[in-house]
Amino acid sequence: MTDSAARTAGWFADVDPDEFDGLDDRDAGDARDARDGSTVVTAIREGQTETPQDWPALAVDDEFADDEAAYYDRLHDATMAATRAAVTEREAADDRQLVHAVRAMDDCERTANELAERLAEWAGTVDPDAGTGVSFARELARGEHELASTADPITSLADRVVDLADEAAELREFVERQTPTIAPNLAALAGPVLAARLISLAGGLEDVAKKPSGTIQVLGAEDALFAHLRGHAPSPKHGLIYVHDAVRGTHPDERGSAARAVAGKLSIAARVDHYSGERKPELEAELAERIETIQARTIEDGERDNSGGKANE
Amino acid sequence: MSDDLPAGVERHTFEGTDRLATRGDPVYGEPTDGDWRAWNPTRSKLGAMLELEMETGLEGGDEETVLYLGAASGTTVSHVADFAGPTYAVEFAARPARDLLETAASRPRLFPLLADARKPATYAHVVESNVDAIVQDVATRGQARVALENRRFLDDDGRLLLAVKARSEDVTRDPEDVFADVRAELEAEYEILEARRLEQYHADHLGIVARPQPR
Repeated sequence: MTDSAARTAGWFADVDPDEFDGLDDRDAGDARDARDGSTVVTAIREGQTETPQDWPALAVDDEFADDEAAYYDRLHDATMAATRAAVTEREAADDRQLVHAVRAMDDCERTANELAERLAEWAGTVDPDAGTGVSFARELARGEHELASTADPITSLADRVVDLADEAAELREFVERQTPTIAPNLAALAGPVLAARLISLAGGLEDVAKKPSGTIQVLGAEDALFAHLRGHAPSPKHGLIYVHDAVRGTHPDERGSAARAVAGKLSIAARVDHYSGERKPELEAELAERIETIQARTIEDGERDNSGGKANE
Repeated sequence: MSDDLPAGVERHTFEGTDRLATRGDPVYGEPTDGDWRAWNPTRSKLGAMLELEMETGLEGGDEETVLYLGAASGTTVSHVADFAGPTYAVEFAARPARDLLETAASRPRLFPLLADARKPATYAHVVESNVDAIVQDVATRGQARVALENRRFLDDDGRLLLAVKARSEDVTRDPEDVFADVRAELEAEYEILEARRLEQYHADHLGIVARPQPR
């Protein structure tokens, strides 16, 4: 009774032994085959039990394998195939999905705003009290604002604007939820949305990991960068990362330094995320410390200027 | 020289220096001497523990079973599989697990598993009971918790070989305080036999050898 109960908890309980023929020969490209409809892969990946047992002995008793050596050979094939399938699936699901999600989010937000502008312009022609923006579209859609005259097409447009804005919000939630699992350190350091934008602009997490930090610093400022390279503009201090609190919250005189510090840590974070996946909370502490030092400079300068001014008076 | 090295781990001379080595396929471009490949203690906490002559209780040989938590890309676990018997390697992140697969391909008694070491129920249907050693090197918060959760796999005479990373628990706290907390939590189910800082090779890490408290 206990024996059979124990046996059914093992990964090999419902596995068809014939499946092992050729499982070993499959290479990474065939991982999809191994995943689809393989009881072996499913058993390893989805099985669960609270208490481990002496599986090798049970498997031999159960005639799943002739002896323990044969059991271990099968276990090796099974774990290799299952882990390969899981890795392939996780990697494919990861940053490509995020890139699409963040681009779709930006498209939805931009389109919602453009349409809201069009809506405000149109509604303004039939009702002098018409408001602006997505918030006005919401009022119209909810019926909180009645337009003066025949307004059917206008309210219908308002519905579309609201739908798009809601879609954008849902995509943002998806991005905020997904980024930390794909790039935990980058997400923690940059915030999930900025991290996703960097990944999107670079083309993927691997691409961020392979870029020098100077490139990450000006990602998204390509126009300014090429103007600079053509020789008629100063070099850009920051691109996308301008929205990072540590950059925006720093006095303009020191923003270049802040952007350089942020980009440096972000590029380390991306490399850790891509190559090891380990969480390194010390990166946040190091960045916070560095930014504090940079911001302290302007405070000191400010104080010196102020006291200097007083002394002269 | 220590006589306590497990069978299958030897000291060999690489480019004029005496280093730990095991026999197997090279994994990360480490220097080799015939079949033997150097085991770099600065890249491996278990390597550092052996180098510091901690009494790991590892014996080596085909009969010795090991559960390795936090295998990452397989640097250390490849050496373990070289000298020990059936070795289960649990790793949570997909990207390093890809490298782990390559390492495992040439080692028929190394079983890679993509799973979360904090949830042993997701691999208890694969990993056998009563393993001789658990090697744990997971960089997450709650490292003592992971060791307690995985106690169910360990033989009553087995050894827990744990590398505690202070920065994973709390970067802002003094590592000594973090280590004290981890030790206190561990003592609920383990008896700590030896604990040493791995400072020489790994900053802010504590190496612990423990055995399960009798039930």
